[in-house]
Amino acid sequence: MRLYLAVFALLAAVHCEELFNGDQVLRINAESEDQIQILKKLERDVDSGLDFWTHAVSTEQPVDIRVPHSSLYAVKDFLKKNNIPFTVIINNVQERLVREREEMVRNAEMESKTKSFNFAAYHDLETIYNFMDTLANHSKLISKVKIGSTYENRSMYVLKFSTGGEKRPAIWIDAGIHAREWISHATAVWLADQIAKDFKENRAPVPSILSKMDIYLMIVANPDGYVFTHRSSNPLYRFWRKSRSATSNPKCHGVDLNRNWDAEFGGPGASDDPCAEDYRGPSAQSEIEVKNIAKFIMSHGNFKSFMTLHSYMQLLMYPYGYIGIDAPDQTELHDVATMSSKALNSWHGTVYKVGSIFHTIDQANGASVDWAYLRGIKYSFAFELRDTGKYGFLLPADQIVSTARETWFALRYIMKYVCDHPY
Amino acid sequence: MLCAHWSRLRRVSSRSCCATALRSTHSSTRLSSSPERIMKTFCSVWLLLSVVELSPAQEPPLACRGAAGPAPPQPETAEDMASTGDLEPTHYPARRAAQVALHYLNTRHGSPFRVFGLQQVHKASAEDVEAGGRKYKLDFSVTDWASGSAGPALRCSADVLFPRTERHSAPDVKLRCEALQQINRTVQEEEAFYQKHIPPDSAVSARDIPDSYGNMSEEMQPFWRLARVAASFIMLRESSENTEFNMVQMASVTQQESSEEQLMLEFVVLLHDLPSQEIVQWKLLASWSPDRGVRVLQTEWQPRCPHATKPPN
Repeated sequence: MRLYLAVFALLAAVHCEELFNGDQVLRINAESEDQIQILKKLERDVDSGLDFWTHAVSTEQPVDIRVPHSSLYAVKDFLKKNNIPFTVIINNVQERLVREREEMVRNAEMESKTKSFNFAAYHDLETIYNFMDTLANHSKLISKVKIGSTYENRSMYVLKFSTGGEKRPAIWIDAGIHAREWISHATAVWLADQIAKDFKENRAPVPSILSKMDIYLMIVANPDGYVFTHRSSNPLYRFWRKSRSATSNPKCHGVDLNRNWDAEFGGPGASDDPCAEDYRGPSAQSEIEVKNIAKFIMSHGNFKSFMTLHSYMQLLMYPYGYIGIDAPDQTELHDVATMSSKALNSWHGTVYKVGSIFHTIDQANGASVDWAYLRGIKYSFAFELRDTGKYGFLLPADQIVSTARETWFALRYIMKYVCDHPY
Repeated sequence: MLCAHWSRLRRVSSRSCCATALRSTHSSTRLSSSPERIMKTFCSVWLLLSVVELSPAQEPPLACRGAAGPAPPQPETAEDMASTGDLEPTHYPARRAAQVALHYLNTRHGSPFRVFGLQQVHKASAEDVEAGGRKYKLDFSVTDWASGSAGPALRCSADVLFPRTERHSAPDVKLRCEALQQINRTVQEEEAFYQKHIPPDSAVSARDIPDSYGNMSEEMQPFWRLARVAASFIMLRESSENTEFNMVQMASVTQQESSEEQLMLEFVVLLHDLPSQEIVQWKLLASWSPDRGVRVLQTEWQPRCPHATKPPN
C-alpha cells in the first residue's frame, strides 16, 4: 500500500514540478496587532498568489507563507517597509520537493527489502552484513562505520544512528561478543530496523533522543566466533563462546572477549588457562576485537551509556563484575535497571532479575561493563536475554521477535533516561 | 601495602577503586597530601576490620573507594558464602542452591511429560553446620516446562546441604512441594508413549535435539524431557556451591533393547555450567516406565577436547 502511495505522490510531484521553482517559504514573526491586521489583509487578497501555510492569528504564533518566485522581491519589500520581521525557512521549495521525493523512493526501496528480511530467523554473518548495508544505503540516519578487523581479518562494523552534529553524546549497544549467544545478534538486527522505523514514523522517544544523541549499535562484536558457530551442528562449533585467536596452547584457541578488557584484568573472575571458556587472554586488550572497540570508544570520547547484550538467564545487570562492593552510582543504576526491567516485562510478562554482575552471576574480571564504568561511562548495563535454561543458547527462532521487542522496551527506557540526565 | 594499583587506577577515573589482596602490610610513605593520608588511614582501618571476618580459604579483594565516598558498606568475601543468615533471593548463592533442589525434584517427579524449571526464589538463608558443611534453607516456586507458559507455579521449600569434604560428594536435599500430588498426572500421555516404544522393533535414534536453531519436533519432546530428567541425576550429584548446571542439548539418544519392561535409552547430554561457562558432556544409560519412573544405570563423563583429562570437581 505504502508503495502505491509513494508512486502516486511521485507522479503528483512530477506533475507539479514546474510550479515551485525558486519559490521560498517565509516565516513571519508579527510584533503587534497592527501587523497581524496587515497580514490578514494580505491573506484575504486572493490575487496576490501567496500561499499561507499557517494563518495570521496572533503575535504568539509565527505565520508561514509560500511566496512565488516572481513575487519574492515585492513581498519582502512590503514586509520591510512595514517593519514586519521575517526569515526564510525554505530557500527553494522545488529543491526541497525533489529531495523529499528521492527520500520517499529510497524509503520505499528499503522497506521492501527490509520487509522481506526474516527477523524471525537466525542468519549467518554474510546475511547480517548485507542487511546492515541495506539499512545504511537507504537511510540518511544510518551509516556503517568500520572500526577495524578481527583476528581472522573480518571487518568489524558498527551502525551509527545520527541526525547530525559533531561527536554528540552517544549511546553504545553491542551484541554477540560471545559467539554462541545467537539471540543477542538476532535481537540487535531487529533493534536496528526498529530504531530506523521509529525515527521515520516519528515515534517517541526516538526522534527526541536522536535530536540530542547518537546511537552506535554493534550487531556482531565477535565475527570470527560467530562464523565458527555456523560451521557445523557439532556441539564443538555451535557452543563456541570465545574469539578464534591462537593461544599458547596449540590445542586450544580463543579468548573470552568479555574477560579481556582493561578492568581489574588478572583477578580470580577469569581463567588463565587457554583451554578454559573464560580464558582472559595473555594480557588486557590482547585481543584485536577488544582493542578495536576500546580504541573507538575512547577516541570518540563522548559516550554516556554502554550496554551489552548476552544470553541466557534473563538478567539486567550493572557494575561491578570484578568486586562485590557497591559502585558509587549503585542506587541510581539499580533504580534505572529496575524500571527498565518493568518496561521489558510490560510487553510479554517476561521476568528479569536485576543486580550487579558480581552478585547476580559471579565474579568477573576484565568485563566490558566494568571497563566502561571505570572510564566514566556511568550508565553501563549488561543484559542476559531469554530464556532461563529451558532452551538456553538454543532459543527457538519463533521467540526472536518477542525477545527483541521486550528488550527494546527496556533499552528505550534506559536511552530516554540517559538523554534526560546529561552529565 | 595499601593501594598497589592506586596510582595506576587514579589516572583512569576519579571513581576508580583501589583493590588489593591481603598480602603486604608495608605502608607506603609516598602518600603525603592530606586527602591521601585520610584515605590511607580509612583503608587501613577497613582492612583491619575485614581481617577479622575473613574465611581462610578465600583471598578477598578489598576496595577503597574514592576519597569522597560515604561510610563504606561491609566488605564481602566471596559473596554470601562466608556470611550466615538471610540471603538475597536474586543473588547467585540462593539461586544455585535452589537449582540443586530443582534437580532433586526432577529426579523424583520428572517424566517424559513433566520437567520442572525454577521460576523464582522467594526467601533463602544459609548457615554453616558441624562437620564443615553448609546448609541452605529455601522457599521458591517452580513451573512445569511441559505445560508451556500457561502452567501454574508450584511453591516448594527445601533444605540443601553442601558437604565440605576433601573430595566432592553430592549435596543432600530435603524437599517439600505443595500440591505435588494434585497436579495433573499425565498418565494417558505416558502410557501412550510407553506403548509406542516398548515393542522390540522400536529403535529410536536422534542427534542434536534441539538443533542449532532451537528446532525440536513434537515427537522428540518426550525424549528430550527424559534426557533432562536423567541429566538431573548427574547435575544433582555433581553440584556444589561453585557450580550451576543446566542441560543445553540432548546431543544424542539411542534406544537400547528393552529390559524388564523398561524403556532403555542411551543419552549423550551437554551440560552448561554458568560460573565457569564450560560445556560438559556426559553419556548415560537410563530406564523408564510409567510405573517405575526414571532410573539412571550408568554415567560416563566424555572429554570434549583432546587436552581435557578429568571432569570438573
